[in-house]
Amino acid sequence: MLRDALIQAGMVPGLASFLDILLGVIVAASFGMVWVLIGIWIERKAAARIQNRVGPNRVGPFGLIQNIADAAKLLTKEIIIPRNADRLVYFIAPVLAVAAVILIAAVIPFSSVVIGTDLSIGILYVIAVASFGTLAIIMAGWGSNNKYALLGAFRSAAQLVAYEVPMVLAILIPVMIAGTLSMQGLVQSQHIWYIFVVPVSAVLFLISTQAENGRAPFDLLEAESELVAGYNTEYSGMAWAMFYLGEFMHAFFNALIFAVIFLGGWRGPGAEALPILGFFYLMGKAILVYLVTIWLRLTVPRVRIDQLLDFNWKIMVPLALVNLAAMAFLFKLVPPPNFEAAQAIASGEFEAAGGIYRLLGPEFMATLPQAGVMLLGNIVLLVGFAAALRWWSRRGRRVESLVDETDYTVEPVTAK
Amino acid sequence: MDLMDLNEWAFIGVFLVIAALLPIVPIAMGRLLGPRKPNPVKTDTYECGIETVGDTWIQFKIQYYIFALVFLAFDVEAVFLFPWAVAYGGLGFFAFVEILIFLALLSLALIYVWRKGALKWT
Repeated sequence: MLRDALIQAGMVPGLASFLDILLGVIVAASFGMVWVLIGIWIERKAAARIQNRVGPNRVGPFGLIQNIADAAKLLTKEIIIPRNADRLVYFIAPVLAVAAVILIAAVIPFSSVVIGTDLSIGILYVIAVASFGTLAIIMAGWGSNNKYALLGAFRSAAQLVAYEVPMVLAILIPVMIAGTLSMQGLVQSQHIWYIFVVPVSAVLFLISTQAENGRAPFDLLEAESELVAGYNTEYSGMAWAMFYLGEFMHAFFNALIFAVIFLGGWRGPGAEALPILGFFYLMGKAILVYLVTIWLRLTVPRVRIDQLLDFNWKIMVPLALVNLAAMAFLFKLVPPPNFEAAQAIASGEFEAAGGIYRLLGPEFMATLPQAGVMLLGNIVLLVGFAAALRWWSRRGRRVESLVDETDYTVEPVTAK
Repeated sequence: MDLMDLNEWAFIGVFLVIAALLPIVPIAMGRLLGPRKPNPVKTDTYECGIETVGDTWIQFKIQYYIFALVFLAFDVEAVFLFPWAVAYGGLGFFAFVEILIFLALLSLALIYVWRKGALKWT
C-alpha cells in the first residue's frame, strides 16, 4: 500500500519497496520491545500475588512506570568487563540473545491482514531462529571465563538442545493436519482450535517451550542457589539487562506461538471483518497462556539435571513419537473434511440440519468428525501412557527394593 | 531490480539488521552513560573473593557430547519429517506405513542408547 502511494508520488520503485519493507520491519521488531514495558509489569504483579506480596506499587499508578525507572537505572550502571573475558564473544552473546527472540516476531500473524511476512516455511523459521538463543547462552558462559558461568552454559547445552526434540515432534501434528508450514495458514485451518483436537501435542509443546526458555522448573542454567547467576554471572548493567529482556520476550513469544498454533491465533467472532479485533483476541489468548507459564514457574520446584534429562528422553520423546504415529494413523483413518458438502447443507437443503450448520458455521461442522476422532485418540493415548508410566515406576521401585541389601539394624553400643 | 521480487526474504534480511541494532543501541548507551572505573579487584573473576585457581576453558564432560549426538540424530530426522507432514494430506495410506518404518528405526536408536545406559547421568 505504502509502496504504491510512494511510486504514485514519483519515487523509484526499488526505493519505495525498501521503505515499505523498512516500515514493516520497524513496526514488527519494536513490538516486542514496547510490549516488554507492560509485560514485565504483568509478570511482576502476578508473581507478587502468587507469593502473597503486593509487587511494584510506588512509581506511577499501580507501579506501571516501574520498568521505565528500572531501565533508566540500568543505563547509568557500569558495565564491568572481567579482565580475563574474551571481549568479542562476551559482547556478541547479549546481542544475540535479544536478536534471536526479536526475529521470531517477523512471522507472527497478529491479525488476518497484519503479519510481518508470511513465509511459506514460517514455523520452521521460528524453530531455527529460536535456537540461536542456545548459542548466545553458550557464548556468554564461555566468553566470560568464569566457572559458574561455564557450568550454566554446559547445562544449557544439554537441556535446551534436548527439549527441542519433543517440541519439534509436537509441532509436526498441527502441521500435518493443516498441511502447511505457514503461520497464517495454520491459523486459517483452525476451524476447531487444535488444543481441542490434539491436546497431548499442546501439553508437550508447552512443557518443552518452558524448558527451551530456561524458566523454572527448568532454570538449571541460572540456578541462583547453585551457580550464583549461571551464564550471566559476569554481566552487569545494560549488558545483563539484555539477557533478562531476551528471556522475558522469549517467554511471551512462546505464549504467542502457542496461541497461534493451538488456540486459533487471531480467530474469534468478527475477527475476519474487523482485523483490529483479531489483534486483541491474539493478545488476550497469549496473555492467558503466559499467565499459565508464570504460574508453573512460581509453583513448581527446580528439577535436578538427571531428572531433567530423564524426563525428556524417557518420557517426553517416547510420548511424542507414539503420539505422532497414532495421530498420523487417525488422520488417514477419517476421511478429510468435506467443505462443499457442509456448505450445501448450510445453504438449506435440509431444514433442521441447515439451522445447526448455519449457527456453528459450515467449516466447523465439516471438521467436527475428524477432530472428534483425534480428540478421542488423544484421550486414549494419555490414559494408556499414564498406565504405562505407573507400571514402570512401580516396577522400578520393586527392583530397587530387591537390590537394596543394606543392613539397617542398629548395632548396640557397648562400652569398652 | 525491484526488491519486491524477493519480498519475503528481503524482509527477513532487513529484519536481521534491525533485530541486531535493537540490543546494540542500549548496550552502547549503557557504555556511554554509565561510569567506567575499572580496578583490579572489580574486574577479577567473580567467584568467592580468592583468586580463581586453574583454567576455566577446559574440555567438556564427555556425557554432554553423547546427549548432543542423540539430539543430532533426532534433529536431522525432524528435517525429514517436516516435508512429509506438509504433504501427508495428499498422500495415500502408504505414506503412513513409510513414516511408521522411519519412526520405528528412530525409536530403535533411542532404545539402543537407553539400553546402553548412555542416558544415565553419572
